[in-house]
Amino acid sequence: MREKSYLRVLGAVLLAALPLLLSGCSSALMDPKGQVGEEQKVLIITAFALMLIVVIPVIVMTLLFAYRYRESNKDATYKPNWAHSTAIEIVVWLIPCVIIVVLAILTWVTSHSLNPMKPIAEDGKETMEIQAVSLDWKWLFIYPDQHIATVNELAIPTDTPIRFHISSGSVMNAFWVPELGSQIYAMAGMDSQLHLIADETGEWQGKSSNYSGAGFAGMTFPTHSMTQEDFKAWVQKVKDESTQTLSFDDGYQELAKPSEDVPVQYFSKVSPNLYNDILNSFRKGISDEHGEIGEQEHGERMSAEAAE
Amino acid sequence: MFGKLSLESIPFHEPIIMSTVAVIAIVGAALVGWITVNKKWTYLWSEWITSIDHKKLGIMYFLVALVMLVRGFADAIMMRTQQAMAAGGAEGYLPPEHYDQIFSAHGVIMIFFVAMPMVIGLMNLVVPLQIGARDVAFPFMNNLSFWLFAAGVVLVNVSLFVGEFAKTGWLAYAPLSEAKYSPGVGVDYWIWALQISGIGTTLTGINFFVTIMKMRTKGMTLFRLPIFTWTCLVTNVLIIAAFPILTATIALLTLDRYFDFHFFTNDMGGNMMMYVNLIWAWGHPEVYILILPAFGVFSEVISTFAKKRLFGYNTMVWATLAIGVLSFIVWLHHFFTMGAGANVNAFFGIMTMIIAIPTGVKIFNWLFTMYRGRLELTSPVLWTLGFIITFTLGGMTGVMLAVPAADFVLHNSLFVIAHFHNVIIGGVVFGMMAGYTFWFPKAFGFKLDEKWGKRSFWFWLVGFYVAFMPLYILSFYGAVRRMQSYANTEWQPLMIVAWFGAVLILCGIACTAIQLIVSIRDREKNRDVTGDPWNGRTLEWAVSSPPPYYNFAHLPEIHSIDNFWEDKQKNQGKAQLADPEAIEYKDIHMPRNTVAGPVMGAFSIVFGFALVWHIWWLVGVGALGMFAAFMGRIFNEDIDYYVPAEEVKRIETEHHKQVEMQA
Repeated sequence: MREKSYLRVLGAVLLAALPLLLSGCSSALMDPKGQVGEEQKVLIITAFALMLIVVIPVIVMTLLFAYRYRESNKDATYKPNWAHSTAIEIVVWLIPCVIIVVLAILTWVTSHSLNPMKPIAEDGKETMEIQAVSLDWKWLFIYPDQHIATVNELAIPTDTPIRFHISSGSVMNAFWVPELGSQIYAMAGMDSQLHLIADETGEWQGKSSNYSGAGFAGMTFPTHSMTQEDFKAWVQKVKDESTQTLSFDDGYQELAKPSEDVPVQYFSKVSPNLYNDILNSFRKGISDEHGEIGEQEHGERMSAEAAE
Repeated sequence: MFGKLSLESIPFHEPIIMSTVAVIAIVGAALVGWITVNKKWTYLWSEWITSIDHKKLGIMYFLVALVMLVRGFADAIMMRTQQAMAAGGAEGYLPPEHYDQIFSAHGVIMIFFVAMPMVIGLMNLVVPLQIGARDVAFPFMNNLSFWLFAAGVVLVNVSLFVGEFAKTGWLAYAPLSEAKYSPGVGVDYWIWALQISGIGTTLTGINFFVTIMKMRTKGMTLFRLPIFTWTCLVTNVLIIAAFPILTATIALLTLDRYFDFHFFTNDMGGNMMMYVNLIWAWGHPEVYILILPAFGVFSEVISTFAKKRLFGYNTMVWATLAIGVLSFIVWLHHFFTMGAGANVNAFFGIMTMIIAIPTGVKIFNWLFTMYRGRLELTSPVLWTLGFIITFTLGGMTGVMLAVPAADFVLHNSLFVIAHFHNVIIGGVVFGMMAGYTFWFPKAFGFKLDEKWGKRSFWFWLVGFYVAFMPLYILSFYGAVRRMQSYANTEWQPLMIVAWFGAVLILCGIACTAIQLIVSIRDREKNRDVTGDPWNGRTLEWAVSSPPPYYNFAHLPEIHSIDNFWEDKQKNQGKAQLADPEAIEYKDIHMPRNTVAGPVMGAFSIVFGFALVWHIWWLVGVGALGMFAAFMGRIFNEDIDYYVPAEEVKRIETEHHKQVEMQA
């Protein structure tokens, strides 16, 4: 009788959890707005479903065996010395092995296809470049081709592959817009790359996902995805609204000082060297063998080296 | 004179901290008063503080762990309360400066000062008994390990009311933990608490590795080792291999902070990625150091209460060894988002998944141990069943995180928080609670109250799901970890549900406390004089409870894995009790208690505290004190003695009489 009441409680808990689980369907990760996020959604669901092949039988067997072979059930077989069965051993090794082989293939393929450093192939569309620098505690976005910069606001044109160059002027952070997909660390002196694309217009919250100190919670930024025309208008708006300029020696030092919950700021003119200057400012005392800063592959090489 | 220390270092303006300190002071004073009034100081000193008895050290480890569980949980519920409040512009009641210390302290305390001492405590209590040994290989070192660990505990708690704790997260990632970005003493408390207790842990690893390899009783080959001892053996190998990495990494960070080196700084050639790699090269094996002994507990519990041999003993051993080896080649999965290339990420992702195979096999083996058994649904069994289901789910989310391309959207989010609490609560905590209930009668001679034990289990189980399932869901909305506040008010309802889950877990902890009190009150009713309350299978149940300080009057001989149980089967299910009158006893060689252990521990607190505050003369005092105590120990020749045969006979006859009387 006791066991039955336990089961009933468990059933009630699971039932109560169901609407919570379903509410996840409209979330950022389950309703992504870009190709990268879309592929990741499929990947997460596939991996989840594959593992349920083992997880569900395990849960059922646990409850079933515990109930069937409970002490008071004298009808059940009792074999105190039965402790080996080659057939069972083969099955319990084989099933996880097969699932892991499938998952391993999936892992290998998606690690390459969703590699953040890999450019997104989009017919006839040129990749746009944005440089993102995490500071204490705000984000600086530099648009090298448009010669503008913003603080804590990101605007991107839809259906255009974007290459983000990501670095930090301070401690480690991570650049993440959940609706678009992947995140990547921002590290001082390191140039990381991330390729993303937005398939629809909209406004989402981007953020730092890697804790970086007191003002971390405020390191969020609205991400506006807009049509090409709107984007051009937005660039013009930044140029019109702001008279501020920004270069490493003029303005950046002031901006880099710690501040929290920083409002949006525009810069109408930005030194073309700013991003490289920020990277270089952390390269003091390093011999030349590492080569020039600013090469596209540099960040990739540095991080891969560290990982090995 | 006092380095960076001044009266301003004490946070008088923080009402939460000051009231905590007041409560600790009152409880502490009451305890000291009680001991003094009852004239227990000498007893405490000679029977516990200086004791080298592995059973008593095990009890002390576990006791400290339970106390620190309360401290770590207080941090947890403060965090959950803050996140339940601080939505949509509301700041909650904790400013970042305080909130950041709390989540850092919560992680450090729960891993280093709750989970580790629980595991090491059980290991101390059980392993020598299971292998038929009279103590560990290095009894003095065992006492020293405990006091170094206790010194770490003291330093972490002192940071609460003198200065501050780290605001860097529990692993103190550089460069945030460097002097430039964390100029306060918080990170220094973190450094010295972990360095001192970490050395204690390394010594424990060496001690138990040697004990298990060299001190097994006659006939106990490696493949007749009880499964819990097997898991402890692998855990100790992992400790020996992994903890020096932690010590070295923290030492490098120390050089950066104290002597202006540049191992992990942003500039001058420092490399923070090296720090992250090194800390996880220790950190990943660490989680297996914690979980493997829990696996061992479940194996013992399930075969004892199913009254059936463990299914696939050899497979279990090989799976444990495989997990031990693999645990060293997966560390990079903690930072796929750092930007290593696709090949590197894929390699570490696949390695991580491969660990799921031996782990899955273990789970099936537990299931097939129940199959055709006679399962008694005692509270240790409930913890085990709860574990199998919860841990399987946690393993599943772990494999999801191990797919690098999926990790790119799950990393650093609440998904990670939910996952590791899923495996650490569902695995380590449930395992330690099962082990605590299972071996408590061995340590004290009476069983724990079942009713309160089961209540604790149900609160923990339901509380866990209510507290952490919402976090999985929130992670899909992009909620990240370590947020002091958040703008999105849609997240708040789930945050409040999670807070309620934490309250349920609090009820679980309260049930455990009540269980202890009720059990002590009713100890005569729950008394077990046989030493074998569960119809056990391994050697620890062959001796009285609590065992005599020399454990075994005669070192037993073993012929099979479940030797003790098989002997009982041959004897109508009863343990064969030799007549003490008919046996010839011999003198037993035993180690003496040690003063050096606690003295070195005390001076290590002085040493660590002085280093935190840059009080250099006091650093000298601490170092000199430790050195002097160590030299005193080295030149002390009087470290062992013989228990006379008559004394052994008297103790054994007494036990015999009690068992006869009850029969």
